[in-house]
This record gives sequence, structure tokens and C-alpha cells, in this order.
Amino acid sequence: MVEWTKHDLLDLSDLSKEEIGIILETAKSFKEVSQRDVKKVPALRGKTVVMLFFEPSTRTRISFELAAKRLSADTINISLSGSSVLKGESVLDTAKNIEAMNVDVIVVRHSSSGVPKVLADGLQASVINAGDGCHAHPTQALLDMFTIKEKLGGIEGLKVGIIGDILHSRVARSNIWGLTKLGAEVTVCGPSTLMPIDIEKTGVKITFDLMKIIKTSDVLILLRLQQERQQDKFLPSIREYAKMFGVNKEKLQYAKKNVLIMHPGPTNRGVELSADVADGEYSVILEQVTNGVAIRMAILYLLLGTKGMEEDR
Amino acid sequence: MSLHIKNAIIVNANKIESRPQDILLEKGVIAQIAPSIENGQHKIIDAKGKYVLPGLIDMHVHLREPGREDKETIETGSQAAAKGGFTTIMCMPNTNPVIDSCMIVEAIIKEAKRVGLVNVIPVGAISKGQKGEELVDMFELKKAGCLALSDDGKAVVNSQLMRRAMEYSKMVDILLIEHCQDHLLSCGSVMNEGYNSTLLGLKGDPGVSEAIIVARDIELANYLRVKIHLAHMSLKRSIELIRHAKSQGIQVTAEACPHHFSLTDEEVKSYDTNTKVNPPLRAKEDVEAIKQAIKDGTIDCIVTDHAPHTAEEKELDFDHAPFGMVGLETAIGLVITELVEQKVITWPQMVEKMSTSPARIVGLKGKGSIKEGYDADVTIIDPQMEWIVEKEDFVSKSKNSPFIGRRLKGLVTTTILGGKVVYQRKQGTFT
Repeated sequence: MVEWTKHDLLDLSDLSKEEIGIILETAKSFKEVSQRDVKKVPALRGKTVVMLFFEPSTRTRISFELAAKRLSADTINISLSGSSVLKGESVLDTAKNIEAMNVDVIVVRHSSSGVPKVLADGLQASVINAGDGCHAHPTQALLDMFTIKEKLGGIEGLKVGIIGDILHSRVARSNIWGLTKLGAEVTVCGPSTLMPIDIEKTGVKITFDLMKIIKTSDVLILLRLQQERQQDKFLPSIREYAKMFGVNKEKLQYAKKNVLIMHPGPTNRGVELSADVADGEYSVILEQVTNGVAIRMAILYLLLGTKGMEEDR
Repeated sequence: MSLHIKNAIIVNANKIESRPQDILLEKGVIAQIAPSIENGQHKIIDAKGKYVLPGLIDMHVHLREPGREDKETIETGSQAAAKGGFTTIMCMPNTNPVIDSCMIVEAIIKEAKRVGLVNVIPVGAISKGQKGEELVDMFELKKAGCLALSDDGKAVVNSQLMRRAMEYSKMVDILLIEHCQDHLLSCGSVMNEGYNSTLLGLKGDPGVSEAIIVARDIELANYLRVKIHLAHMSLKRSIELIRHAKSQGIQVTAEACPHHFSLTDEEVKSYDTNTKVNPPLRAKEDVEAIKQAIKDGTIDCIVTDHAPHTAEEKELDFDHAPFGMVGLETAIGLVITELVEQKVITWPQMVEKMSTSPARIVGLKGKGSIKEGYDADVTIIDPQMEWIVEKEDFVSKSKNSPFIGRRLKGLVTTTILGGKVVYQRKQGTFT
């Protein structure tokens, strides 16, 4: 068995298949902790986890916070989304100030790609990327893979369709790395204007035909469509997008029998998926949220836990 | 006082002298070149083992003064230029205020003269305030000392305005320099658009934003029978367009920067904001095309696009950090290491790209050659000296270079302006 040696979690492109396997295995045991009456283990007692969010987030921030608390770590939330901070201050300087208070992990989200890497290069503390620009969102991809594995038994050989605004999606990019490493066949589907250049070089297929991807996929990951894409001239209208790329119950009739419908949230009901699909029998959207806590516990534990135990001895 | 350079291996654009010569500089000009000149009452510089070139000319520099003296001043920029072997530099108008009036032109020239390390020729804006709306008073700017005009930092996207600027500039006899980039296409971009921008999740500038303006300006130049100079070419497609235009006799000239022939967009993977530059670092095929174009003459000159920025600004995240890198002090090392040593160009070709062609394009009389009667602007280079680019060694006020840590070959040992030594490496001082 490969040992965990990584100091930071920046993206799945940095991880081996085996390392992804370790995270998914570790998360399995932590999922059980959240189902107990007393949802707490002492693994990270005395450790400090700082959530440094330069971009608004509810779900991811709460998920990290719960994960840290259930491992008995102390947590601090810092939300800096004012424009002065976004534009006028060195993020590294801010992070160094926080680190100087002896924190162990900095969980960072930023609207600009690359910020977590710059922090990881400049800090002693471990850095977890909670989403940077259009670049990466590794914990989301890991919880997606965890959910798929739990539901379908494995990932190798599965056909996974990722549908929507691929161009601006860090979730799509991280899922592409993770899923292809674990042997899934990934196809991306969306309007041609929202398809990043040379994306096929990552090993995925491209289609503009939604029905084709619905018919052949074991898993459909739907992405949130930001309304401003219309103003930015990527799309003629949200209406046409919903018609051509939105998934509804009628279209799903043609899907495989046990297809999984996934979405990183928050959903834009009536745009990328209809309410009856979001709440329907194939949807595992809420289970993704549940699993998110387990995945984040696993990552915090792997980055800190074993170190902590050695110190105890 | 006169200056006597002994044992000089003279490199001009047409040839490199096989035997060492002596050069006598007197009263600001090259008075005599001979196999041996008697020692007189002259200060002597022994150039044994070194190459002696006409003073280098950089057509594309940002000095930041007036307005952003925290990044660079005319004084510190002049020091960086002298250290880099440049004796003439042209400073771009995107200062604050913009160089669009005689008062600012005169102030810059006056300050540059006070500093006295390099000739500084201001480039005026094409449009007032660089707003792309109204033309500047070209006759007046020329009279004040501008030898070229550019809205550098952005293109003149309005084709009607560019047409008028070209027609008017021909009458005034002043060079127009275009920053080729359709800002609507490149809007919000921070790097080259391609596989790497997809991987990094950064917004890419499609090279076609450059090629479109290159093509348009070539068409205008052809139609109006005027000259146009294209700044910092970065793209294979631009090179193809220029090559074709030149073959048709259209009066287009073009420049390229060291970073565009020595770095690709792979460098951005570090998210190091010192790799953020406009036009952006491009793909490998573009880098190869630029090198080929320098070799075959499609690119006429090499410029630095020296763009100093403070550490504070470059410490911002990649999306918000400003574009640009310093270049005056690394240019010659990069040209020798990446082009001359790699046999892309010869020493005489290097002189052509960095002195003779710029002098011709801008119309600088008495510059660009080591020749009797020419200005005594001379750069002496040790071609063998290897050195490492160190942040601490920059004399520019800003240190934003992606080349820090790189080993280069070839170093300026002496820079002479108007017969006076302005930089001498050994002492590391400016005189």
C-alpha cells in the first residue's frame, strides 16, 4: 500500500491513482463517524484549521468546518470578499499573517486561479484548495468519485458525462483528472462557446449532442450555468440553453437504468436540470453533500492526523 | 577629452572585423578607426578579447516617469539601459499623464539630459490621452522631440482613426508604432489561449487578436502607401502576414522581444506573475516562428518592452497582477545565449537587430554603425563571460524578471555615450 506523503491538496492532477484511492478509503471510515450519535473523534485535537475564503461559499465552507470540528480541530472562518482585498492586497501576505498564529491548515478559496499554489509554495502550513478560479476544485471531485464508487461499486470502465459550462468549471477540470486516472471514460458536453480549447488533450471526448451522452452514460454530472454567460455573449439565451442542454425527466427516459444524476450545487433549477430530476429517483445530489464532509475529514486527517499522532508519542 | 579604444574587434551589421582595430573617439564622434593609433593624451580602454558594437538602440521601453516613479524613473531606467549596453532608448507614452503634449515631451528630454546616461527619445501617443478618439498634434510633438507615435498598451482599434493617423503621419514624417491587439477579443485575458490556459483555468488571449490588427494595418499601409511599425510580435501567424506583406513591397517593419523567443506559456504553470506579460508568452511553434523571423529579416529589430512593476503589484494574484517584465539588463545576455550561441543569428545580425535597423527605422542619423564620423555611442561586450541573473543585481527600480536564476552568456563591460564612458562593469558604477 502506498503511503500518504503529500503536504498540500491543490489538485487531482498532482495525485496518483493510489493516492486518490487512499483518500476514498479513508473517507469511508469517516463517513461512519458522521452517522453516530456523538459525531466526534479526537484525531485532530489541538490542531487549528483556518477557512480563508476570498469568494462567497456556503456549502463548501460549512462542509470543511463540520469536517474539522468532527475531528476535534479548532476552526476559524475568514471571509474576505470585499473588492479592496480582492485587488489591493497580497494574498500571500494575508495568509502569512494568519500562519504566524500557528495554524496547521489553511483551506483557501479564491476567484483567481493559482492562489492555492502560490500559498502552498510560500507557507509552512498545509494548504487545501477549496476552489480556485476556473482551475481546480479537488475536494468536490473527490466527493463525486466517492459517491459514484459507493453507488456503483467502482469507477473503472464507467462512462461519465459532464454537461454544461466546461470552460468556466473548476469542478469539471478536477473531475476530468480524477475520473480518467481511475479508469472512467469521460465525455464533456456543452455549447461550443463554453468548451475550453484543446480540452480533448486531457483524454476526454467532446460531444454537443445531449441525447447521445444521456443514452450512453452511467453517470451524468451537471454543472451550474451562471446567468451572466448570456451577457458575455457565450449564449444566445438561457432559454435556448435549457432546451438544448438542460436535463429533464422526458430526456432521462432514454438514460441507462441506474444512471446517477449529480450536481456540485447550487442548482439552477429549470436551467441545467428540472426540479423533478433534481429531486427524482436518479439524483444523488444530497448524498454528494453528505459525502463531502467525509471526504474533507479524510483529507484533513491525511494531511495532519498521522503527523499529530507521531508527536503524541 | 578623447577616448582611445585599443584592440577592438569591431562588429557592424555588415561584418565582424577579423583583426583588432583601434578607435579614437573625439568631440562626440568616432574620429578615427585604424589598425593602430598612437597613444596620445587620450584615456585608454583596452578591449582585448571583447567585441565593440555601435551603441544599442531599444525602441520600446517604459520609463514610468511621469506618474509611476515608484516603479521606475528616467534616472533608474537610464541606469538600467546603460548597464544593458543601450545608448538610445525610446520611452512609451503610457505614463500619467500620457505623453501627448509638448510640455511632457520637453520635461522628459530635459530630465534625461540631466541624468545624461542614455539618449532618451519620447514616443508620443497617437490619440489624445491614448483614448483612441482624437489625434494628437503631430507636428508639435515632432518639433518637441518625438520621433515616433504609439498608443502602446492598446491598439488603435478604430480603423478610421488609424487611417487618418497614417495619412497625417506621412506628411509629418513621423513613425507610427502599433500595439497589435484587438482588446475586445483579448478582454480579461491574462495568458495565451491554448491547452495551458485550459489546464490552468486562466483566461486566454487568442493570438488572432494580434493577427487581426497586424493584417488590418498591413492593408492600410498598402492602401495608403505609408510606413507602419508593428510592436512586440509574438505570434507565428503575425510573422506569416508580415513576411507576405514584405514580399509585396508593403512598408511594414516589426520588432520582437527576448521573452517571446526564449519562453513559452509553459512558464505560466508556476503561476509566477513575472511570467504575465502582454502580448503573452505563446506556444512553442510561435517561439520558433519568431526566431526564424529574426533570422530571415521578417523581424527587423529586437526590443525589450522593459516594463517595470513594483513587487507589491506583482505579489497580487495572477488575475490582478499587472502585465510586463523588466528587460533592459537581460536583453543582450538573452540574445547572445538564445540566438547567437544557438546559431540562429550571427554577431553582425545581432548588431543589425539591436542598433542598425532601429536607427534606420526611426531615422536616427549618425547612429547604428561603428564608422568614422558617426556618433561616439559604443557598446563593448565580453562575449565569453557567463553570469547568472540575480535579483539583487538589477539597477532598475523594479525586479520583475522571469529570468532570475538563469545562466546567460555575454555581458556588457563598457557603455560609451557621445565619447564618454557612462557605464563600466568592473567598478559597477555610472560615470
